[in-house]
Amino acid sequence: MHTVTRPIIIFLCLCLALLLLFPMVGSAFYTGLVTKIMILSIFTISLDLLIGFTGLVSFGHAAFFGIGAYLLAILFGDLEHINYWWSLTLTLSLTGLAALLVGWLCIRTSGIYFIMLTLAFAQMFFYFFFESPRFGGDDGIFMMNKPEITLATRQLVDLDNEHDFYYFVLAWLVGVYLFLSMILRAPFGHVLIAIKANEQRVRALGYSTPHYKLVSFVIAGTIAGLAGFLEAAHTSFITPAYLGWHESGMAIMMVILGGMGTLFGPVIGTFIVVLLQDFLPNFTEHWKLIMGGIIIFVVLFLPNGIAGLIYSISNRFFSRENSGREG
Amino acid sequence: MSEIILRTEHLCKNFGGLKATDDVSLEFERGKVHAILGPNGAGKTTLINLLSGELLPSSGRILFKGYDITDARPEKVSRIGIGRSFQKTNILPGFSCLQNCWIGAQSCLITSMRFFRPAKHLRMVHRRADHALQLCGLSNKRNQIAGTMSYGEQRQLEIAMMLATEPELLLLDEPLAGMGTEESQQVTALLKELAKEQTLILIEHDMDAVFSLADRITVMVDGAELETGSVEQIRNSQAVQDAYLGHDEEDAA
Repeated sequence: MHTVTRPIIIFLCLCLALLLLFPMVGSAFYTGLVTKIMILSIFTISLDLLIGFTGLVSFGHAAFFGIGAYLLAILFGDLEHINYWWSLTLTLSLTGLAALLVGWLCIRTSGIYFIMLTLAFAQMFFYFFFESPRFGGDDGIFMMNKPEITLATRQLVDLDNEHDFYYFVLAWLVGVYLFLSMILRAPFGHVLIAIKANEQRVRALGYSTPHYKLVSFVIAGTIAGLAGFLEAAHTSFITPAYLGWHESGMAIMMVILGGMGTLFGPVIGTFIVVLLQDFLPNFTEHWKLIMGGIIIFVVLFLPNGIAGLIYSISNRFFSRENSGREG
Repeated sequence: MSEIILRTEHLCKNFGGLKATDDVSLEFERGKVHAILGPNGAGKTTLINLLSGELLPSSGRILFKGYDITDARPEKVSRIGIGRSFQKTNILPGFSCLQNCWIGAQSCLITSMRFFRPAKHLRMVHRRADHALQLCGLSNKRNQIAGTMSYGEQRQLEIAMMLATEPELLLLDEPLAGMGTEESQQVTALLKELAKEQTLILIEHDMDAVFSLADRITVMVDGAELETGSVEQIRNSQAVQDAYLGHDEEDAA
């Protein structure tokens, strides 16, 4: 289990400062790209709650990302004025409900069966949207307007402005990170982490572990829905591909590459994967080969991902501070 | 005769054609150490698994303080005050000793579905976890990662985790399994200490430990109860000698 040591906190604050300053120097294209990455990070961080902390390897997590995005587009896409508070509340509660139903069935299984079941559910949702002309079918669905964030008729954030949208998503990313850190420090988180380590024993100590796994699944699904909501608001265009197993697989890869069970690792993993996808094609058309090589290297030589590397560096340089504590 | 804390009535468990537990009716008194002896495959661990809810019986009943707990699952059994330790060390190896006990101690909360305040602020949980570690002599190891400790210490932690839930009745499945002489003496001393205040149901192979600890002994053979009685009674029983002790002494000789 990773404790967030002081050097790590300083590192995270530095990263946050960089993200805060970026739109002032970055071009419009890269501001948009980093916004997209941060939205994906919210999605992968929620997957880390399942994979890294609860021990549930969900291979269908993209379903909730897609459901969140589709809900916003279907329910509010035609409106001229979309009330942000209403649309967010409705989208998140319905995504949470979907996660509750899927989770209620899936957590009865474990291991490979859990993976297969979550995958099957995600594919079901994928084909539902893929084959429903009402919701755009395989062409996807457009949104006319973005949600308007107003409080007592005053506009707080203008989502049509790319800079505003960037800071809006950054605030959500920080909020989600702090929220998940909070529940992981609370009694609930202690039980989750123990379930991942040894579920049978945790049951024998008096915890109804399926309930804890289900609540974790619903929280993760709802946050994935939030990421979908933001993505739909950002691009105004949703296709069934958002729900596909390819997306779920990419998310797992980002979590593992970044370092699961750390919360900030998946964010780093998302940045690395998306930026590589952006840069590598400039050098060679066989960039997927290089990408695969990098992933194999990380999995073989950095078993705890990039976050694990950051931990070992910080422990080496700041070991006096951390003596007695184990990472 | 003192209060019966746990009672089984005609308890049976079949695995396919195998009768792992065969019509076992036992009574366990509060405040006593009740040991269950038997050769390998006699169904001792199956019995503990039935009592702790890991397995559901094929027929028969289990009553704890008069309440029917036959169908209770492990989490329920633990919640109503029956703790168990495992024969095969069953700890959280990547966690410190304190964190291992913490999970047990936290079960004092009505629910752990609490999302806001950090768990470390819960004084009550701290006290229980520390108390369990202290009882098992692991106070000075509280921050050591459990997986890096010696086998004997891990066995002690196994018991500490159970104690952290502050159970009324302790089910101990071979607490001395695989221990060296010195470690085994340490744990025996710990069990003696626990026996002063607690009710213990003890499965153990180590005869010396059983005879020195137990108030009552039940001998099981092939899933069925062979005889139950005081230590002296079991020592002198012809049936038990034939079924179990006799062989054992011949083997030893």
